[in-house]
Amino acid sequence: MSKNVILALTLLWATAAQAQKKTLSIACGAVGIEYELCKTASAAWSKRSGVTVKLVSTPNDTNQKLALFQQLLSAQSADIDVFMVDIVWPGVLGSHFEDLGPHLPASEKSAHFDNLIINDTVAGRWVALPWYVDTGVVYYRADLLKKYGLGVPSTWQQLSEAAKKIQDGEKKSDPKFVGFVFQGKAYEGLTCNVLEWTASFGGTAFVNSSGKVVANTPQNLEALKLAATWIGTIAPKGVLNYAEEEARGVFQSGGAAFMRNWPYAYSLLTSKNSPVAGKVGVMPTPKGGDSGKHSPVLGGWHLAVSKYSKNKPEAISLIRYLASEPVQRERIKHGFFPTLKSLYADKKVLASSPLFGVLATSLSTAVARPSQSTGTQYNRVSNEIWNTTFSILSGKEKAEDGLKALDRKLVRASRGGKWN
Amino acid sequence: MIENVALSERRRTAYLFLLPSLLLLVLVAAWPLLRTIWLAFTDASLSSESISWVGLENFKGVLTDPDWWHSVKNTLTFTFISVTLETVFGLGIALLLHREFYGRGILRAAVMVPWAIPTVVSAKMWSWMFNDNYGVINDVLQKLGIIDGPLAWMADDPTLSMAAVVVVDVWKTTPFMTLLLLAGIQSIPLQVYQSAAVDGAGGFRTFWKITLPLIKPALVVAVVFRCLDALRIFDLIFIMTNNSNDTATMSVYARNNMIAFGDLGYGSAASTLVFAFIALFTVMYVQASRLNLMGGSSEKVSL
Amino acid sequence: MRRSRFESIGLWVAVILVSAFSLFPFYWAVVSSLKDPSTMFQVDYWPSALEWSNYSSIFKEQPFGRNIWNSLVVATSTVLLCLFVGVLAAYSLARVEFRGRGLLLALILAVSMFPQVAVLSGMFELIKSMGLYNSWGGLTISYMIFTLPFTIWLLTTFMRQLPRELEQAAIVDGASSWIVLTRVFLPLMGPSLVTTGLLAFIAAWNEFLFALTFTLTAEARTVPVAIGLISGASSFESPWGRIMAASVIVTVPLVVLVLIFQKSIVSGLTAGAIKE
Repeated sequence: MSKNVILALTLLWATAAQAQKKTLSIACGAVGIEYELCKTASAAWSKRSGVTVKLVSTPNDTNQKLALFQQLLSAQSADIDVFMVDIVWPGVLGSHFEDLGPHLPASEKSAHFDNLIINDTVAGRWVALPWYVDTGVVYYRADLLKKYGLGVPSTWQQLSEAAKKIQDGEKKSDPKFVGFVFQGKAYEGLTCNVLEWTASFGGTAFVNSSGKVVANTPQNLEALKLAATWIGTIAPKGVLNYAEEEARGVFQSGGAAFMRNWPYAYSLLTSKNSPVAGKVGVMPTPKGGDSGKHSPVLGGWHLAVSKYSKNKPEAISLIRYLASEPVQRERIKHGFFPTLKSLYADKKVLASSPLFGVLATSLSTAVARPSQSTGTQYNRVSNEIWNTTFSILSGKEKAEDGLKALDRKLVRASRGGKWN
Repeated sequence: MIENVALSERRRTAYLFLLPSLLLLVLVAAWPLLRTIWLAFTDASLSSESISWVGLENFKGVLTDPDWWHSVKNTLTFTFISVTLETVFGLGIALLLHREFYGRGILRAAVMVPWAIPTVVSAKMWSWMFNDNYGVINDVLQKLGIIDGPLAWMADDPTLSMAAVVVVDVWKTTPFMTLLLLAGIQSIPLQVYQSAAVDGAGGFRTFWKITLPLIKPALVVAVVFRCLDALRIFDLIFIMTNNSNDTATMSVYARNNMIAFGDLGYGSAASTLVFAFIALFTVMYVQASRLNLMGGSSEKVSL
Repeated sequence: MRRSRFESIGLWVAVILVSAFSLFPFYWAVVSSLKDPSTMFQVDYWPSALEWSNYSSIFKEQPFGRNIWNSLVVATSTVLLCLFVGVLAAYSLARVEFRGRGLLLALILAVSMFPQVAVLSGMFELIKSMGLYNSWGGLTISYMIFTLPFTIWLLTTFMRQLPRELEQAAIVDGASSWIVLTRVFLPLMGPSLVTTGLLAFIAAWNEFLFALTFTLTAEARTVPVAIGLISGASSFESPWGRIMAASVIVTVPLVVLVLIFQKSIVSGLTAGAIKE
């Protein structure tokens, strides 16, 4: 073969190799709308940057996702470059993520909500970029409230009474009707629910921001005692096995008066096929008594770049694009609320979804789960919280005993308040 | 002389033939086990790269954790109830299958179906049947008037959840017991029954005094195998009940600590304890079976 | 033996009850899988309409076909590796006298008593370091821990039952161990290889924990993990209809396999359990 041909082939091979070199792997959701949105946005970035993006589908259950991520990262795997992480994970996974501080301008940092950035800063390193925010909300049957002449409740006590009144009335025609459904299964969702109760009474998130265990307080006790009375009265016993979808199933089929859930349910409840379309109202999570406060739990997902990634500059560029204003604005329609302060000041955005108004007011009083202070131990802490709550709700333990035991267990796990 | 040479050649080849298996087993069994045991003495975690020796601290932690002892209790309860039920039902069905009757083949085929279905699938099928609002079991029980309102099987009462898991395990594993016991029953020579009939023994007495003692070896083997499996149970509990402390067994406890909490050292300590537990049980069985075999062979069958 | 009317009826009742109990969950899964997702929340004992959407959705929403293929490949390679390595080992253990033979067999069997959790973290590190994470190889190798011991044990038991005369004759003729194994024993071992292979196949097909821990992407998962992780159209939905459809798809071939090879499986499970 002539030298020229060899040269041409070599160049061709080199260019091909170059073009094939960069592929980013991102783990951003498994199925449905979340996956689709991520795919479209990544594809748009891909076109601009010339780098292919591969979406890795991960287990749907958040606990499984975390377990998977932990294993991968601890093995220093380069299999995934960009991770979508739950708001409570930066503490657990933070040491494996790239510090974004040196790579992003300060203006981009301060564009997001401050408490989210603080949440994403672990041991002085900024490890995740906020992507969307979620808080708990309570859905109610506006038509039934009207029918029984009730106003929209603002406290848990008012909700309990309203739920009882509606349940007693509706049971005559539908024996399966219940007053209130929420997430009572023993999983992370229960931790979210219980914090919404305790904080609303002026209680604590069980571990405070400096890492001190403050589980057994009078307000927490009052909240848990009230919740325990719901099971079997206004909430079915089966609620102890409900996650988000089970609760939605009951409410959407017209079987409940009130439901605590996340914003995602709204578009499903108001869709054409929904039996309760046109009858649903949304309110912030109730206060714990008149002197309490609305304290929905702060949820949401953020984007992080793996320390072990072989394509760090490209990965950082991708997450900056995904979390940018146009993309966040686009996602609002589908129920994914933005983390950028600017979008909450935008009147057009506020008007686009009735949920948005509720969310905007909720965000300022939202309570965060104790992931920041407990760091790598968060999962264990949450586990103790949800297990204790579960046994109190199921009547296995009295609230007093449960809280005392929880306090002991958390102190034990805290390793003298150091946590890590 | 030639024989000796041939023998040692055969021995050498034998070692050679054994080599691949042994290498594989060392690789996938011995090494990971030793590694887990080593990790149990460290503070390894999935979140950080540093590892340091902590001696017996993890073991002390596990042994003083009420959740650990709760899981031990769950495991033993589950094992005892499951294996008893499986043995009783297995024996019953085996006796049934031992008889000659039209349709015996169909019964045998039907009985093997649960065993063929993967555990995950069984767990999902039964979880759906046990669903509190939409499950068929609650529906049937309510229609039969046995219960008033739907029971929340997988939800609030740990006894109910454990009952549900036991039901699934019994459903799934009775075929295995049935087959083992059937083989034992079928190996009893017909003459034994005939001489018993001649001596005027009735059905129940035949069973109690003849069948049962003669199938004792098969019975013991089946029960022991099942116990060892039941003590290690993970899949069913994980899929059906997932996170609750109430129904966690030892394996679930160990895995949760290792993977869910990322506490590799602590979880490995729990895993090591599970392993020790099983090993102890196995050793006890081996000792008992040695004595049994010696005692069993000299037992006389009497009416 | 004649039996009374009463006994006959009792027998039949027992047979019907046992069969019904064994088969009902499967029937229920089939009925549920043929329901429309919006009617899932009603209890119908007989399908009112046949709705196949669940079956098509599982293939659309995840690479279920791929998952089935993965399970097939992993289970088959597990069986092949086990049989190859196991036959060699079984020959040594069954036919050659050497010191410590009994102990070795006991030790090999003891390995199958290991709880999977006890080797999980070590195995994960191993798989990762060999670069076999998220691959067929990783699963095949890790499955050896529970398939190889009983394969060796079962094959050893079967080999012990083979007639000595053939072997003696071959040895006298100067045949090496390899020739004895391949020319004399292997042809006689057809049924036992089938039996052992089947049991290993079913065990590998059924495995969950390792498959869950050692795979990452949906494309690499095996069937049990895929079913265990089936999710709905949003991160929160519980798609029981689809789970049941997937279950039916996976169960039918297995049940057919088991029914065809009933006799083999039974003899495999009971061999060695009943000491001669």
